[in-house]
Amino acid sequence: MSAGTAPPEAPVVGPETIEGPSGDGVPLLEVSHLVKYFPIKSGLLIDREVGQVRAVDDVSLTLSAGETLGLVGESGCGKSTLCRTILQLLEPTSGSVRFEGRELSGRSRKELQPLRREMQMIFQDPFASLNPRKRVGQIVGDPLRLHGMASSSELRAQVQDLLERVGLSSEHYNRFPHEFSGGQRQRIGIARALALRPRMIIADEPVSALDVSIRAQIINLLAELQQEFSLTYVFVSHDLGVVRHVADRIAVMYVGKIVEIGPADAVCENPIHPYTLALLSAVPIPDPKENAAREPLVLEGDVPSPSDPPPACRFHTRCPAATEVCSEIEPPLVDYGDGHLAACHHPQNLDRQRIAAARIAPETPLEAGDAMPQPGSHRLTSE
Amino acid sequence: MIAVLFAISVIVFVIFNVIPNSDPALRIAGKNADAQLIENVNEEWGFNDPLPVQYATMMKKVFTGDLKSYQSQLNVDEQILDGIPVTLSLCIGAAVIWMSFAILFGYLSAVKAGRFTDRSLTILALIGISMPVFWLAAMLLYYLSFKVTLFPTGDYVSLAESPLDWAYHLILPWFTLAVLFIGFYSRVLRSNMLDSMNEDYVRTARAKGLSERQVRIRHVLRNSLIPIVTLFGLDFGAVVGGGAILTETVYNLQGVGAYAGEAIGTLDLPPLMAVTMFGAFFIVFFNTLVDILYAYLDPRIRLA
Amino acid sequence: MAPPLLQVKDLRVRFVTEDGTVRAVDGVSFDLRQGEVLAIVGESGCGKSVTAQTLLGLTRSPNARIEGSVRYADRELITASDEELRAIRGEEMAMVFQDPMTSLNPVYKVGDQITEQILAHSNVSEHVALEEAVRLLRAVGIPDAERRAGDYPHEYSGGMRQRAMIAMALSLEPKILIADEPSTALDVTIQAQILRLLELLNRDRGLAMIMITHDLGVVAEVADRVLVMYAGRIVESGTLDEVFYDPQHPYTWGLLGSLTRIDQPHAEALAQISGQPPSMLALPEGCHFQPRCPHRFERCMEVPALIERDREGSGHSDRCWLDPDRKRELRQMGDRIGLEVPAA
Repeated sequence: MSAGTAPPEAPVVGPETIEGPSGDGVPLLEVSHLVKYFPIKSGLLIDREVGQVRAVDDVSLTLSAGETLGLVGESGCGKSTLCRTILQLLEPTSGSVRFEGRELSGRSRKELQPLRREMQMIFQDPFASLNPRKRVGQIVGDPLRLHGMASSSELRAQVQDLLERVGLSSEHYNRFPHEFSGGQRQRIGIARALALRPRMIIADEPVSALDVSIRAQIINLLAELQQEFSLTYVFVSHDLGVVRHVADRIAVMYVGKIVEIGPADAVCENPIHPYTLALLSAVPIPDPKENAAREPLVLEGDVPSPSDPPPACRFHTRCPAATEVCSEIEPPLVDYGDGHLAACHHPQNLDRQRIAAARIAPETPLEAGDAMPQPGSHRLTSE
Repeated sequence: MIAVLFAISVIVFVIFNVIPNSDPALRIAGKNADAQLIENVNEEWGFNDPLPVQYATMMKKVFTGDLKSYQSQLNVDEQILDGIPVTLSLCIGAAVIWMSFAILFGYLSAVKAGRFTDRSLTILALIGISMPVFWLAAMLLYYLSFKVTLFPTGDYVSLAESPLDWAYHLILPWFTLAVLFIGFYSRVLRSNMLDSMNEDYVRTARAKGLSERQVRIRHVLRNSLIPIVTLFGLDFGAVVGGGAILTETVYNLQGVGAYAGEAIGTLDLPPLMAVTMFGAFFIVFFNTLVDILYAYLDPRIRLA
Repeated sequence: MAPPLLQVKDLRVRFVTEDGTVRAVDGVSFDLRQGEVLAIVGESGCGKSVTAQTLLGLTRSPNARIEGSVRYADRELITASDEELRAIRGEEMAMVFQDPMTSLNPVYKVGDQITEQILAHSNVSEHVALEEAVRLLRAVGIPDAERRAGDYPHEYSGGMRQRAMIAMALSLEPKILIADEPSTALDVTIQAQILRLLELLNRDRGLAMIMITHDLGVVAEVADRVLVMYAGRIVESGTLDEVFYDPQHPYTWGLLGSLTRIDQPHAEALAQISGQPPSMLALPEGCHFQPRCPHRFERCMEVPALIERDREGSGHSDRCWLDPDRKRELRQMGDRIGLEVPAA
C-alpha cells in the first residue's frame, strides 16, 4: 500500500455475515471496510502531507441488537478512533457505516441529527467529560432539549428520573460536577447518554479511570441498564478481564486492524491469533497459584506506531511464530466456524479439521492476500 | 507575516490621512504659505493623487530609501539609521540589567515563597510595574542629576568616543527602562518556578539524592526559563522597534523612539511609517530568533 | 533469620490544609526483609503512595506533620537531617514513580540524568559515569544503549522510559527499590515486560522491593507479602497466599470479589462494594470501613487494633473485630470470596 492513497471503494458487507447471539438476522450496526487516516503535515510556510497515521485501517464488523461487543487493544490500536468514526464524530476516510440499514457516512450534519439520538457515547475520563460550569441537571437535560424530546415542564422530571435510575439522587439535579466523586461522575455521564433512549451506546473505557471498588458498581449498573433499556453496547477497554466479563463477543485490535473476533469465551480460552495469546498471557490473574501455573509469553519490543506500521501482518515484528510470508502478505481474516475469526498465517489452538473447514470471511481487508493457512502451520513454542 | 506588515502600514497611513490638521502640504509650505504655494506643493509631492496611489508611492520610497520627511525634508531612512546605535545601546544594556535582576528576584521569590523576602520583592515588583516610565525618569533626573549631580542629565555619548562616558550617560536610562520589566519578569519567573516545583521530575530529582540547590537550579529554574525566553523575544523586539520612546525622549537620547516621538508631535507621516515598518520587522525578526532559541532550550520542539 | 532491612513503626503523616487536616497515613507499621517483595495495595487516597514517599523523606514540607519511626540500618530516618537523607536516597533506597513521561526531566538527555545521580554521590569522572549509565541501560534491556543514552525522554517509548527510570534507580546499587505503580501507565504487554524485569532484579540481585499498586493481579504476580491499606490504615497484612486464599478483612473480600478475571467466564453480577471511599477530611469513627461493610456491628465504632486474630505468630494480622470462624462463613459467596452480591 503506497503512502498517501486511500483504499479503493469496497463492496458493503451485508446482512448475510456473521451474526451475534440474538440471531434475528438484521444487524443493528454494520461497519464495512472502514478506514480513518489522519494526515501528518509538515513544512515551513505551507503544510505538506508527509505521511499518514493509519488509525483505523480497513475494519469490518457487525453488531446485533442486544449484544455487547468488547473491543480490546493497546495504545495506537485504533479502538477509540474506530468508535468516534462509527459515530461520525470523525469523518471516515473511506468505508461505510450502516445503522439499522441506513448509511451514515457522507451524510450532512443535519441528516445525521435524528440518527444521533440512537447512538450515544460514554467517555473514559469522568473528570474531563463533564462541563464543570454546568449543573448536573443541565448536563443530563441538554440532549433532551436539543432534540426537542421534552417540554421544559417535563424536562426536570425526566432528568430526575434518569438520575435515580443510575443510582444518584434527584437532589443532585442542581449540583456541579466537582462536587461528585469519579464513580458518581461516571454515573452522570451514563445518565446523559441514556437521556435520548438510544439503541446503542459506545462505552470508551468507562471504568478505567475509576477505583477498583467502584468499577464493579459501574459494570453492574451498565448490565442492569442494558436489560432495562434493551441496549446494545460496544465496550472498549484495554482491560481484558473486564471485557471478558461484560462482552458476548470480543474483537481484538492491533495497529488499526482487527486481528481476531469471536465469542468472548472462545477468544479467551482458545485464542487463535498469537497477539491475543500474548495479550492474555500478559494480563496477571489475581490468583497467585493460577498465575504461577501459566506459561508466560512475554513479547519483546514496543507497540508499533500507526504512523509507520510494519508491512503486511502488523504483528510480525514481535510475533514468536512469524515467518517470511508474514512480512510479505497481509493475512486474510479467516472464519474458523462458530463466529470465530482471526487474521494470521500461523493460527494457534486449532486442529486440522477446523483449519481445513475454514473460509475467508467477507470482512477480510481489501488489501489482504487470499493465502489460507495450511494445516500443520507453526505451533507457538512456549518459552 | 507579510499580511500583518501590510495591514499595519495601511492602518497607519489611513489614520494619518484622516486626522485633522494633518495636511502635509501646509507643513511643507511653511507658516506664511499662500494658496498658490500650497497648490504647488500638492502637485510636487503628489498629494492630489488618489490615496491608494499615495500609499503605494510612499511604501516604495520606504524600501528604496528615498523617503523624505514632510517636516524637515530630511531623508527618513537615514535618520532612522542614525538613531539605531543609540536605541540599541539603550535597549541592550537595559535588557541585560532587567534579565539579570528578574532572574535573581524571581528565583529568590519562588524559593522563599510566602516569607518576608518574597513579600518584599513582590511589593517592589508591583511598584516597578505600576510606575509610569516618564515619571520615574523625571524623578531620577531630578534627584540624582539635578539635586545631586551624580549622573549626567542625559544626552548620548557614542561608544566609540568614550566607553566610560557612554556607560555613565546611560546608567539612568538603563534603569528606567529596566524597572518595569524587572517587575514583570520576576513575577512570571516566580510563578513558573512555583508550578515547576510540583512537577514529577523535581520529585525524582530529590529522590535521586541531589542537593536542594542542585534541584532548584538544574531542574526547576532551567525549565522555568523557557517561557521567559519567548516573552523576552517579544518585548525586546518591541522595545527596539520604537517602544523606548518615552525613555529616549525624557533623557534626550536621539534614538529611533525619540524620532518617532517628534514625528507624532508634528503629525509627520513618513517617519512614522518608516519607524512602524522598522518596528514591525524587528519584532518579527526577534520572534524568529526566539523560536530558534526555544528549540535549543526545549528538545521536545526540535524537528527530527 | 536476619534482621529486617527496614522497620516502620506507627508511621503517621498528616497534612494541614485550608479545608482541615488530612490524616493520610494513620499508624502504619511493617518490616521489610532482605530480598523480599512487599506489596502495598489499596485504592486512591488510601495512603500507600504517601507511605512510600515518606520513607525517603519526600513528603517533608511546611504543612506536613510526620511522626513515628522508620529505621534503616540503625538509622532513624524520620528525624534524619537533610544531609543524611540525601546520602540514603539513591544509595540505599531508590524509587521508581508511576508516570515515566513526567518523572523524567524533558530537557536533559536520559544518559545525563543517570550520570547526574552518579556524580552527586561519588567522585568518578564524567566519562566513567556515562559508561556506567550506558551499562545500566543495557542491563535493563534497552537496545542500542550507547546511542540511546544521548536521547531525550520524549524519544523513548513508554516502556523504555520506565526501564530507564529503573536503570537510574539502580545506578548506585541500593538495597531497597520502591516502585510506585510502576506499570500502571503502560500498555498490558509492556507491563508484563516491566514486571518481568523487576522479578529478575529481585531474584538475581536479591533486591528487596516495596511495590505500590492498586492492581491485585500485579500483586499476585510479584509479591511475597501483602499489606492492604484503606483510608490511611493497614487493614490486613500477611503472605501472598494468606491474603488471597484466607483473607480476614471484609475490605479484602470486597476487593477480591469485585475483580474480573480473564480465566473466568461471565458471572451474573460482580460482588461489589457499595458506597465509596471516605473523604480524607471526614473519616468515619472507629473502623474506617464500617459505613460500607454489610457485616458491621456495634463494636466497629471502636477502632480495631491490627493483630493476629486467627493464628498466633503467623504474621497474618487484620483490623476486624469479627471472629475468624465467622469470617470464613461470611466471605463465601458460592465458590468465590466476596463481600456482598447486590440484590437483584
